[in-house]
Amino acid sequence: MDQSKIRNFCIVAHIDHGKSTLADRIIQMTGTLTDREMQAQVLDNMDLERERGITIKSQAVRIIYKADDGQEYIFNLIDTPGHVDFNYEVSRSLAACDGAILVVDAAQGIEAQTLANVYLALDHDLDVIPVINKIDLPSADPQRVIEEIEDVIGLEAQDAPQISAKTGLNIHDVLEAIVNQLPAPKGDVNAPLQALIFDSLYDPYKGVIVFCRVKEGTLKVGDKVRMMATGAEFDVVEVGYFGAGQFIPCDELPAGMVGYMTASIKNVRDTRVGDTITHVNKPAPEPLPGYKKVNPMVYCGLYPADGAKYPDLRDALEKLQLNDAALQFEPETSVALGFGFRCGFLGLLHLEIIQERLEREYNLDLVTTAPSVVYRVHKTDGTMIELTNPSNLPDPSEIDYMEEPIVEAEIMVTSDFIGAIMDLCQERRGQYISMEYIEETRALIKYTLPLNEIIYDFFDALKSRSRGYASFDYEMKGYMKSELVKLDILINKEEVDALSFIVFSGTAYERGRKMCEKLKDEIPRHLFEIPIQAAVGSKVIARETVKAMRKDVLAKCYGGDISRKKKLLEKQKEGKKRMRQVGNVEIPQAAFMSVLKLDED
Amino acid sequence: MTPIELYIHIPFCVKKCLYCDFLSGVFDEKMQRRYVAALCNEIKYVSAKHPGCIVSTIYIGGGTPSWLSEDLMDAIITTVKQSFKIDPLAEISVECNPGTLSSEKLNVYRSIGINRLSIGLQSANDDELKELGRIHDYNRFLHTFDLVRKAGFDNVNVDIMTGLPHQTIEKLEKTLSSVTMLRPEHISAYSLIIEKGTPFYDKYKFDAVKQQAGMPTEELPTDEESYRLYKFTMEYLENKGYKRYEISNYARNGKICRHNVGYWDRVPYLGLGLGSASLFDNVRTDNIRDIYKYCEISEAIAAGKNVPSEHTSPYYASEEVLSKKDAMEEFMFLGLRKIEGVTRSDFYQMFGIDIEAIYGPIITALKNQGFMDAKEGRLFLTDIGIDVSNQVLSQFLLDK
Repeated sequence: MDQSKIRNFCIVAHIDHGKSTLADRIIQMTGTLTDREMQAQVLDNMDLERERGITIKSQAVRIIYKADDGQEYIFNLIDTPGHVDFNYEVSRSLAACDGAILVVDAAQGIEAQTLANVYLALDHDLDVIPVINKIDLPSADPQRVIEEIEDVIGLEAQDAPQISAKTGLNIHDVLEAIVNQLPAPKGDVNAPLQALIFDSLYDPYKGVIVFCRVKEGTLKVGDKVRMMATGAEFDVVEVGYFGAGQFIPCDELPAGMVGYMTASIKNVRDTRVGDTITHVNKPAPEPLPGYKKVNPMVYCGLYPADGAKYPDLRDALEKLQLNDAALQFEPETSVALGFGFRCGFLGLLHLEIIQERLEREYNLDLVTTAPSVVYRVHKTDGTMIELTNPSNLPDPSEIDYMEEPIVEAEIMVTSDFIGAIMDLCQERRGQYISMEYIEETRALIKYTLPLNEIIYDFFDALKSRSRGYASFDYEMKGYMKSELVKLDILINKEEVDALSFIVFSGTAYERGRKMCEKLKDEIPRHLFEIPIQAAVGSKVIARETVKAMRKDVLAKCYGGDISRKKKLLEKQKEGKKRMRQVGNVEIPQAAFMSVLKLDED
Repeated sequence: MTPIELYIHIPFCVKKCLYCDFLSGVFDEKMQRRYVAALCNEIKYVSAKHPGCIVSTIYIGGGTPSWLSEDLMDAIITTVKQSFKIDPLAEISVECNPGTLSSEKLNVYRSIGINRLSIGLQSANDDELKELGRIHDYNRFLHTFDLVRKAGFDNVNVDIMTGLPHQTIEKLEKTLSSVTMLRPEHISAYSLIIEKGTPFYDKYKFDAVKQQAGMPTEELPTDEESYRLYKFTMEYLENKGYKRYEISNYARNGKICRHNVGYWDRVPYLGLGLGSASLFDNVRTDNIRDIYKYCEISEAIAAGKNVPSEHTSPYYASEEVLSKKDAMEEFMFLGLRKIEGVTRSDFYQMFGIDIEAIYGPIITALKNQGFMDAKEGRLFLTDIGIDVSNQVLSQFLLDK
């Protein structure tokens, strides 16, 4: 195979700027799929991805393109996840490429994720071709966007293809630019094997299917291979490349190629994204750079609404984990919610996706507890624990100090809303880093923010305070010492463990008050008065009361229609079954989740 | 002879009230005649299937049965008397609305044995009557009441409603004083319930939810206000010598509605007419609710045709055989609607098991919460237990 005829690339963009649509169009125009086979956004496999218009897992496809020079080229297009939660996966996908197409919306111009992604691509030494998309929109202003790309990113953009991925306009220009402007891969097919894992997927028949880019050497069927980070060894059963929506086996993957391998691997944990595959007999002296083990950032408790579904939830989580090495879970129990799991996620989107998949694909009703970040608790005895469940916080007398995770956030916003957004960041304990105008009407603001301030409703608040104009991206920056306390909620004098959370001491009162107010609305009235209290330690800092129900009579009886009367009583009784009993109080499932959104409204 | 009760449904109204979700509608006289003929056929059919019964009460409800012309009412009562054995002391009630009675009609009622009338007043305030979509005003009611008394009826009920939109204690007091001044033997005081499928539902559904949740309301009284209205009614009526014997029913000199009490005591009853319900031999049945279908079936049966049905009677839309568990639940949630409650001995006699063996923990919990009390072998709800009776009674439903 002639390396000079291969192009490995990805498409990067801000969300909604048309990345997946362009990918679909390229696949369609190169004849990889017939129109009939073409389903909108082929690369987004899951229903959920298609619905939300986001890419969750990396996907790859091999395309044959006959260029204007009369030669046939192999394109390996790798579609990357487009969300900050999956930043590491994105970086590994980029490492599998030699070039990138940067898609920028002709109306919206550069947004926060555009910058984050393009910097990520440049970090991996990728050649980047800018493409202006959506030029068919009435509000399109390609000239302004070209200038923006040149000024802000420093990429030559005067000759950037101006396209409409939706209508198919000028896609040919993009294909030619890939051939002429992106580099061919390098690599010695006879060198010791180094293949980068950029994703994997579990197949019940073949085991784990490992997506890889061969950087050096050649990967063949029958090879004995080792994963350099995990040390796991396997016999390669199959190698191949990616057709659209199917795997096409071949004999070998030489240096420069993107493809997959299977080796009867039972567990995705053995084939970590970022790891390097090498031969057992002739190992590479060192792995490819950049591997790291990704750790969950956000934890929450997931409980089945119906306690009897606990084993079903466990099975479902195990199945999801086969495809998602970043998902972690371990059993836990809650006094209020019974048996469930403490689950770790890359971020809030990851959490929402898992939750939605459990509900949709596995038909489970879930109760979710407030998400928590991982706090570091330094104890007076000199030891440190990583706290993922607020209920496990040691007694204050044993705590020396605590630390919380910090992110660096980049927010791009039109100048009208700069003040409002800075206020928001200040309220969320942000520390100002910098602000620069990227053009007259737009600025890029940088702040350091505690992660726990952005996992609840920061994004919603950002959107509402900028009327939807702000875009946002963030990156983990480590840990910072902080004054943190555990806020407990007592309902009818009983602590409800599932409602406890860790909060900055300065905002504890405010949070506690809002929690109580919210719970007051969520908890139905009972036959007795129910105090709802927020407490830090033994000190009650906020209180609300659900008044006792005074009157609930079924007055009339229609011609002896007793069945109807009984149905009403049954409904009353049924309603109670859907609640969680805490002491004498029945708490609706929804109450556990509604407290997550404590917006100012 | 098994004592039974009869309920006869007349689904006709001059005009549908805005809050009403009962099975009734506006039909012309031709349809009324057809229906009554069908009803009489059903009475004959049902009586043939239930030999050996003696009727202790008859209740003709609606709709507005008093809207029927006197010859139709006569036809119904005559058919009942020809078909069933009637206790000479039977209570025979008819529901009436002001403006649908005349002295001639009332004289016919008396002559055919009707001995109790229930008059739907609802309110003595004309603005409230208008809001409810009633066809009468207060003066019309006074006229009707006078006709009723002059015709010699000495067992009369007046219906009133609490919890109306914008109702204040003052307005309610006016209604209560206007009614008690006339000294009817019986007063039913119902709380307004916003039912799905009524114009009131469209108008007040959000308010009703707020009321239920104890939040501030727009037009309906808040939960707290409606509680006060309901309590005020109770105290007012008791002061005037009306003794509460069921959640919403008050009687003077022991003139309770025997028919209604039969429901709470689970006396067997046969429902006749459109959509009516029966309890017999521990089977609960409901008649079909489509008036045309009802007439067609009845006419076919009268013509001697075979009418196929998936139920034991072609008139039924549903039938449910009550298990022992069902019967025990009913015994409790119906019996406890009565102020005097239920007795342990009745429970034992009925089910051959001690009430404590089934409901011991629930009774203890409710007693501890102050919602229930026991005296001389009787178990009954306390005042505050009655206030929240829905909540309390639902606890007597047993797990499957």
